[in-house]
This record gives sequence, C-alpha cells and structure tokens, in this order.
Amino acid sequence: MTDVAPALPDQSGRTGATVIGRARRRYSVLTAGDKVVLGLMIGIPLFFDLALIWGPTIASIVLSFTNWNGVEPLDKIKVVGTSNYEYLITGYPFFWPALWHNILWLLVLMFVATPIGMLLAVLLDREIAGTRIYQSIFYLPVVLSLAIIGFIWELQYAPEQGFINNVLGRTANDNLIDWLGNPSLNIWAVLVAATWRHAGYVMVLYLAGLKSVDPTLKEAAAIDGATAWQTFRRVTFPVMQPINVVVVVVTTIESLRAFDIAYVINRGKNGLELLSTLITNNSISESNRIGFGSSIAVVLLVVSLVPIVIFLSRMMREQET
Amino acid sequence: MTSTAAPAMAYAEGESAAGRVRSGRPQRNGLVHVFLIVMAALWLFPLAWAVYQSFRTYGDTAANPVGLPQELTVQNYIDAWNQAELPHFYLNTLLVTIPAVIVVLFVASMVAFALTKFNFRFNLWLLMLFTAGNLLPPQVIIVPLFRIYLTIRGIPEPLSDNGLLYDQYIGIILIHIVFQMGFCIFVLGNYMRTLSRELVEAAQVDGAGIWTVYSRVILPLCRPALAALATLEFTFIYNDFFWALLLMSHGDRRPITSALNNLTGLFFSNTNLLAAGSILVAIPTIVVFIALQKQFVRGLALGSTKG
Repeated sequence: MTDVAPALPDQSGRTGATVIGRARRRYSVLTAGDKVVLGLMIGIPLFFDLALIWGPTIASIVLSFTNWNGVEPLDKIKVVGTSNYEYLITGYPFFWPALWHNILWLLVLMFVATPIGMLLAVLLDREIAGTRIYQSIFYLPVVLSLAIIGFIWELQYAPEQGFINNVLGRTANDNLIDWLGNPSLNIWAVLVAATWRHAGYVMVLYLAGLKSVDPTLKEAAAIDGATAWQTFRRVTFPVMQPINVVVVVVTTIESLRAFDIAYVINRGKNGLELLSTLITNNSISESNRIGFGSSIAVVLLVVSLVPIVIFLSRMMREQET
Repeated sequence: MTSTAAPAMAYAEGESAAGRVRSGRPQRNGLVHVFLIVMAALWLFPLAWAVYQSFRTYGDTAANPVGLPQELTVQNYIDAWNQAELPHFYLNTLLVTIPAVIVVLFVASMVAFALTKFNFRFNLWLLMLFTAGNLLPPQVIIVPLFRIYLTIRGIPEPLSDNGLLYDQYIGIILIHIVFQMGFCIFVLGNYMRTLSRELVEAAQVDGAGIWTVYSRVILPLCRPALAALATLEFTFIYNDFFWALLLMSHGDRRPITSALNNLTGLFFSNTNLLAAGSILVAIPTIVVFIALQKQFVRGLALGSTKG
C-alpha cells in the first residue's frame, strides 16, 4: 500500500529560501510501513524522554506543594499549598547559603575560569610551537570526573600533609589552615578546583570559535597598526559572539549542576551547601522530606530555565536563518 | 557532571591552521611561551602531585610531606587494587558503560535521522524537547525518578534481580541512555543536516524503505560523528558519579567512579593509598583521551558547526 504524502515546507534552510519555503514544497514517497518505522524511531525515545525526564520534572513541581514523606500511599498525600516555599525562604537555614554558593560558583566560573580559558584559546590559536601539547595539558582536567578532581585537590588542601599548608608553613596545630573544613574557606578552595577544570573546557569551546574567524580580518587589523588587544577587542571577540552564547550557557549549567566535588569532600555541608546537595540530602539520602526537597528542586529548575531558554532560542533562530 | 551539556565543542587542531596569519609578532612569542609554560606547570601540578604521593609510603609522607622521598614504591597501587577490589568495580563500569554508549548512539541516530531528514510539523519542537532534557540539572528530576525506580515492578530476572529498576545495572544504563540522548541527538542532527537530502530521496526512488535508508545510507555516512560521540559518551558515562550514587543502594554494585565514595571510608587516613586509587580510576579516561585525541578533536568540532 502506497500513499503519497506531501512533505512539509523545507525548513532546513540549506538553500536559503526560507520565508517563501512553501514555494519549494517537495514530495516524498512514504509508505505506510515507512511511517510506522519513523513513528517508532521517534515515538519510543520520546516516550522514555517524557517518562524519565519531563514527567519527573512536572512531578517535582507537583510534589513541592505537598508534604509527602515517601512512605504514605500516594492517595493520602496532603496538599500544603506554598508552605514548603515559605519555610524554604524564611525558616530553612541552609537555603540562602546554598543559593549564594551556586551564584558564587557561577560568578567564579564566569569571571575567572572563562577569561582564563579565553586567554589560553587566543594564545594557542596560532602557529605557536607545541600548541597541541599545551592544549592537551589544559584540557586534561576536563576528562577527569569531578569526584576524582575532589580527591586530587584534597591532596593539595589536606591540613597536615597537603602541599599548600606545607609550602606556607602552616602545619602546626596553632597556625594550621583547614582549607576544606573551615566553612568560610572551603567554598573558595573548591572553586579553585572547579576553575582548574572549567578553564580547559572554555578554552576548547573558544578554539572552535576562533577557527571560524577569517584570518584576513586579523591581518588587516595588524596592517592598520592595531595592537594585539585592539585586534582581540574589535575583531576577534565580536566574531566569537555565537560561541560566547554557548560558553555562557555551558558555564551557567555547570554551575547549577555542581554536586560531585562538594559531595565527595563533605557531602555538601558545613560551608559547601549547594542547591543540588540540599535536594538529595532532604529527600533521598538522609531524610524523607520529599515535598520540601522538591521545592528546592523547583527553585533549581526555575533558575536553570534561564540558560536553557537562551540556548533554545538560539537554536530556533538558527533554524530560521 | 558527566553529562556535560556542551552542544558546541570543538578542539582546534593547532597544526591544521593552514593559511592562518601569524597574529602575534614573533618577538613577543618568547613572553607568550613563558606564560604558557607557567600555566601548563600550574595545570599539571595537582595531577603530578597526586602521582608523586601515590608512589610514596605513608611513613615517608608523614615525616616529610613535601620533601624528596626516602623511597618510592608501587605498594599503594597493589593495596588499592586489592583492598578496594578495583577489578570488580572496573567490571561494573564496563557493564554500565558499554551498553549505554551503544544504545544511546543507536537511538539518538534514529531520532536525529527522523527529525532532520523529513519535514514533520513538530520537528524543531521535538529537537528542542530532547535537547533541553539534557540541559536540566539531574537534581531537578532525581526525587521523582528515585520514586519511579522504586515503584515500577516486574522487570524480568536477567535484567533485574529484585524486579525493580532501583539498585540495578539496567536502571543506571536506562537513565544514562535517556539523559545523554538529547546531546547525541543534537550533535548527530547537526551532522546529518550537512548530508544532502537527495541521498534519502534517491534511495527512496530506488524503492528503499525508511529502515534501509537509515541503516544502509545514512548511518554509514555518520561513522565519523558516531566514533567521536562514542569517545565523548564513554568519558561522560564513565565519569558519572551522581546517578549510580543515588539510584543504587549496594555499594558493591556501583561503577567505579561512584564507588570512589566508598573508597574514602576505606582509605580515610591514608592519603597515599587514596592518591593511588584516584590515579587508577582516572587512568582509563586519560588513556582514552590520549589515544583517541583525534576523535575528541573531530567529534567536538561537530557540535560547533551551525545547528
């Protein structure tokens, strides 16, 4: 059985004929069997995507308005309105520190790690001897898991045997610096480790972007007597605009996902609270305050929507052009 | 996080910069090299220090933490290997990583094919739905997911020994597949969009069904993208700490990265042993990175082409 299905307007934009895309209406032959195959190809993954990602996302929102403890049957769940949120904002002592730590994480990755990565990319994006080796070295931390990075940096920060205190001569009992134990220091110590990893990541993103910069632009700028900084500021940076968006999105998402390092060091407590660790500590690992834990998850979701929407709208624009 | 959401990554090949201008003035390169060497040393140091500690004895480190060693030993590696039962945990990782990588590439390539080679009305929306799913922090969905894993019953025996998804390899494999799918669909979609649509049409005119077009025409052409994604996904999934930590209760079932959490307890006071254990766990990803750097290079560049 064969039926002829008119294809929808070509929206891929390969030819540039978009607005009047309808004029290029194409016809393709899809048999009923073909349609079933295509339906399954999309349908099965879509089912799992909805069941295990978007369903739970919505469930988190719903549960955040209840006081479910995970034990009582689902039909006995009590709706408690916004009281989880009220307690979160006004009563729960770890919420604001956790939110602040996530913001701090974002600020440090954005304004310390990202410029380092960008600088490395600009320096390495030319015929410099050994550029390949440098790139490998800076990228190496990115292939390590964040949990391992936590352990590797513990060897730097350990109070008595760690490298840093020994070099500073602060290993005696009266002058010891407890980098990871001191609640006002440990977030900074962890952020150094996070920066160590993230800079290489950003470098790689920018190296990709710089490859697309037309070399003649830089040449022209150099002939006109522009300094390296002017060339970067006026020529290179603007051309990298699309990559800047990607870097901002990736950096924001990495900051919101931060979990592993804090967890391996002290389970995200005592100065290392993060939204992610509060969620798991409240609703899975230690207590069963599922409704309350979900309200923290919703806060994380709402914040995450900012980079996600930025990314998706970029995706949409590119489909349209 | 393992499932890094970089949709557009590229690893520029320095040597391939054919026709590129030397933008730096030659006399400045000396300074640039000094800076780069200092930075490279700083970047390598934490890892080098961990390697150094891993070859020292406990007594030696305690007596003289930063000095030159009295003796170097591989005993820490032997102890970490045996006491922490590392071979067992490497095996757990293989059981999770290999099927997850294979299935996610297979599934994602089908979705990308269906969404980019045909003009259905909701293609872009579906593409965005899949991609956004990969961008969510996993902690947003973990609480209901944890409950789903405890609630669904009747997963048959060879896949699950308690009938649940919880505490089972199948559960971990499944969430990796579903969570990583978005990224793979995004990258493969970008790649497939560069393949001419006429390829599909020509095959259809020759009477090929959709499955044949997918498996005989499109998939072979995607081999470079698939190889590159396989490399990336291997490291993403190998490095996962979060899913197995929360969705498995038996510590001895966890893949090696999540099992690190148990190692802390075991090696609590012996940093040399912890260093050796960390290096052993890191080695597979480092080896893959060094051996398949070309794949990283080629593959990461894929996402950066205009989507």
